[in-house]
Amino acid sequence: MIDAVGNPQSILLLGGTSEIGLAAVEAFASDRPMRVVLAARPSQRLADAKARLEAKGCAVETVDFDAKALDTHTAIVDKAFAEGDVDVAIVAFGLLGDNEEAWTDTAKAVELAQVNYTAAVSVGVALGDRLKQQGHGSLVALSSVAGERARRSNFVYGSTKAGLDAFYTGLTEALRPFGVTVTVVRPGFVHTKMTEGLKPAPLSTTPEAVAEVIVHAVRTKQELVWAPAPLRFVMSALRHVPRPVFRRLPL
Amino acid sequence: MAQVLGRIADAHESASFTPSVAWLPMTSPASETRTLHGWGRTAPTVATVITPRTPEEVAAAVKAAGRRGIIARGLGRSYGDPAQNAGGTVLDMTGLARIHSIDADSGVVDLDAGVSLDTLMRQALPFGLWVPVLPGTRQVTIGGAIGADIHGKAHHVVGSFGNHVEAMTLVLADGSIRELTPEGPDAELFWATVGGMGLTGVIVRARLKLHHVETAYFKVDTEQIDNLAELMERQTRDDEKYAESVSWFDAVTTGEHFGRGLLTRANHATLADLTPKQRKNPLKFDAPQLLTVPDVFPPGMLNRVTGRLFSELWYRKSPTKLGAIQNITQFLHPLDIAGEWNRGYGPHGFLQYQFVVPPERGDVIRTVLERMTEAGQVSALNVLKRFGEGNRAPLSFPKPGWTLCVDIPIGPGLNELCEELDRIVLDAGGRHYLAKESRTTPEAIRRGYPRLEEWRAVRTAVDPAGVFASDLARRLELI
Repeated sequence: MIDAVGNPQSILLLGGTSEIGLAAVEAFASDRPMRVVLAARPSQRLADAKARLEAKGCAVETVDFDAKALDTHTAIVDKAFAEGDVDVAIVAFGLLGDNEEAWTDTAKAVELAQVNYTAAVSVGVALGDRLKQQGHGSLVALSSVAGERARRSNFVYGSTKAGLDAFYTGLTEALRPFGVTVTVVRPGFVHTKMTEGLKPAPLSTTPEAVAEVIVHAVRTKQELVWAPAPLRFVMSALRHVPRPVFRRLPL
Repeated sequence: MAQVLGRIADAHESASFTPSVAWLPMTSPASETRTLHGWGRTAPTVATVITPRTPEEVAAAVKAAGRRGIIARGLGRSYGDPAQNAGGTVLDMTGLARIHSIDADSGVVDLDAGVSLDTLMRQALPFGLWVPVLPGTRQVTIGGAIGADIHGKAHHVVGSFGNHVEAMTLVLADGSIRELTPEGPDAELFWATVGGMGLTGVIVRARLKLHHVETAYFKVDTEQIDNLAELMERQTRDDEKYAESVSWFDAVTTGEHFGRGLLTRANHATLADLTPKQRKNPLKFDAPQLLTVPDVFPPGMLNRVTGRLFSELWYRKSPTKLGAIQNITQFLHPLDIAGEWNRGYGPHGFLQYQFVVPPERGDVIRTVLERMTEAGQVSALNVLKRFGEGNRAPLSFPKPGWTLCVDIPIGPGLNELCEELDRIVLDAGGRHYLAKESRTTPEAIRRGYPRLEEWRAVRTAVDPAGVFASDLARRLELI
């Protein structure tokens, strides 16, 4: 259960090695240790994350999860719920890809769409079903400002996040009558392994800062948040910039 | 033989404890999906709410409970989550609301668990009977009063609610219906149910022993005392002279007047104490509700400025006065004058932090208040009382010592503050009140209630499959 001041007792991270996802789990764990399920492909990074969380007093379980293996998703989600309620589920897996490759290579484009959109929808349906039965809980989906308006430099990734964003925004409404809060998080440029070597956009941020936004959103049941917060107004303006101007902007 | 004077019409009475007869037309009770929260308006969850009208309907609902279990709910005055059950079933017990009989001579009342203390008081007072344990509100059901083993300002004399229960009828996890008494063959289950937060079964009916009074008024001594140490010293010295005793204090003023407060203590007024006008109707139930607070308040209504203002006014409104005659609302339930007053805290809700520490650890009260002030938290309703002896119930909250209760709106920094207060309270051998609790850890409850395992064993014996479940039980790992 999530208590009166917003402390969860259990958390499921899909994309168990996501830097933002792990930063959020660690931020929750710093306030109070909990049961953690990390769903990811086995790796050294996963083992390290498990050890770090255990050092904070969490009971950590890892589950082998491959976003592309769509037919395994329901079973993996069921497994996480089999041990007890899942108070917070974070959908944090995703690929950035190389935009020039992605829009010219069918296989690359489909891979991005499958991982970022299809797989996110697939786990979203499974999580929605379990959370609905549970009658409470919080579901966090990592979207991106890239999904708010497609840019020439990043539109394949942006299109997948636009799809994810729309799905989870709708899921917010669908699950609300069942006592479940869905939060769509739209970070800007985040300094992570995924964006290493890329030129940071203005208002760039860190996984820890995004994690703080997530923790606050879960505690206060916010349904749509930007990280950092001022991006909300920046994006609101950018969405209305005419195309001839927009294409000349250094974004 | 005692003469039964008051008998409220009850067609079901003789059939209440026998199984339903198959040929009777049966309608299933109302059922709906609802979002439920406690009085603190925090942590809402969704459950299927069923409103049974008979013990048999309760038993049927218990037998039909799904994987997420079932829990009884009364009037929702617990601050946290004991009367919610996310994804499961919640029984709205206010559908079982008959008073079956009132015996004016013996003071024994036989009534359904969904009857409120307010209704009981209204019905019993004309017979000169008084409910011995009254908490800060009358909007509590009998089932809830037993389940939380509530206490009131008279605890130092009469103990908690469970002490006045002569018998209760419990619907068990298997759907069977059993009558329990404090000393009978099921005494262990009786006492596990007192304070058991509804997790041993559903209380459907009870027999209570009330006290005899001459009037519905109190003869009240109110004393303004200008610091905390003296406020506590006075309660230690001569509380025994009074049937009721409680103190309110100001947690905003610092310095030498830190903890200045009002000590209000009273005895039931006798006929001779009343004015001629009051004497005409000495058992009048005088407890008006003047307004209902609308749900329009923004967050942050209680801040340092309004907190200081409220504290000043509350302190000033009651200068020292001995022997004043006060009615029920004035003395017992000043907050009941406004309905739904919890809305005043705004949409984020609030929590009530209540604990008890042993008599020799009165210093903890001061430490807790200082920590709160340092953390910048504002509490306007601060109630301090000295408890008398506890009872046999393993999860009953009261034990000898000091109990402090503060209201704090939900906001930044509250989590950290409460975690620190938990450590201070537990290290002093104290514990938290489950009816108020909304945020602590399972570990804190294990430490505060050393007899938790004993309670769990009794519960497991009657509910091995865990049919009775609540958000509180899941959160604090009680089951």
